Amino acid sequence: MDLVVFWIAAGVAVAAAVNLILQTKPINSVLSLVVVLFALAVLYLQLSAEFVAVLQIIIYAGAIMVLFLFVVMLLNLKKDEFSAYRKPLLRSFGVLLGGILIIEISLICRAFATSDAAEGPVVVGEFGSVGQIGRLLFEDYLLPFELTSILLLIAVAGVLILATKRTEPPPPEEHS
Amino acid sequence: MIPLSHYLLVSAVLFGLGTIGVVISRNLITILMSVELMLNAANLALISFARWHADPGGHVFVFIIFVVAAAEATVGLALVIAIFRRKNTVDVDGLNILKG
Repeated sequence: MDLVVFWIAAGVAVAAAVNLILQTKPINSVLSLVVVLFALAVLYLQLSAEFVAVLQIIIYAGAIMVLFLFVVMLLNLKKDEFSAYRKPLLRSFGVLLGGILIIEISLICRAFATSDAAEGPVVVGEFGSVGQIGRLLFEDYLLPFELTSILLLIAVAGVLILATKRTEPPPPEEHS
Repeated sequence: MIPLSHYLLVSAVLFGLGTIGVVISRNLITILMSVELMLNAANLALISFARWHADPGGHVFVFIIFVVAAAEATVGLALVIAIFRRKNTVDVDGLNILKG
């Protein structure tokens, strides 16, 4: 039963990821990525990471993807303004690079398949619960956790500078 | 119980697909989404290793990666909007002002 759920979720994730690359319209790619995120949330639940699975749906699928959708709608790109893919040489290079990467990482993963840890330890019921992660965040990982707030502050300031409309005309472009 | 290698295989495939998307697509928004896909593949590997070592520290790492991904997405999309305002396109082949 576990294996069936795993293969369904993994298959959906990989198929949606392929669809993300193949789609020519950005809006379809965004929706494919949402499907990938939900399938990954199922895998997280199987790995008894409930808190991360919920965060995945709320933050990733709920917040970040809505941001992507808003930008896609805001830009309102004309259909077939340009072809979706780059030059054929670069395209075949990309597929080759990705294929080699997949094979390489899979070969590394085979080392874990043969090791004695293939079964995994038995975890207690509270593994991955909100309480446990929260205690870790505020005790062992307090400094990185506080630093994330500074990162978010910098991101907010940067976005405000980048995306606000300036009133003065932009400098001439033929300044090379 | 599903072996660890299954999860790592899915993670590897997703990461590779993300790499392919970054290299072959011309649309800046699709490139950003492929980067998000690669981050998610790394997250899956972290969660499975956390499960196999029974160490919830991996979940904390994933939490921090969420924050980094959110910051990356907002700054990246703001850059896309700024580029679109200036050049009226999101085609990466059309962006060559730094070429000199």
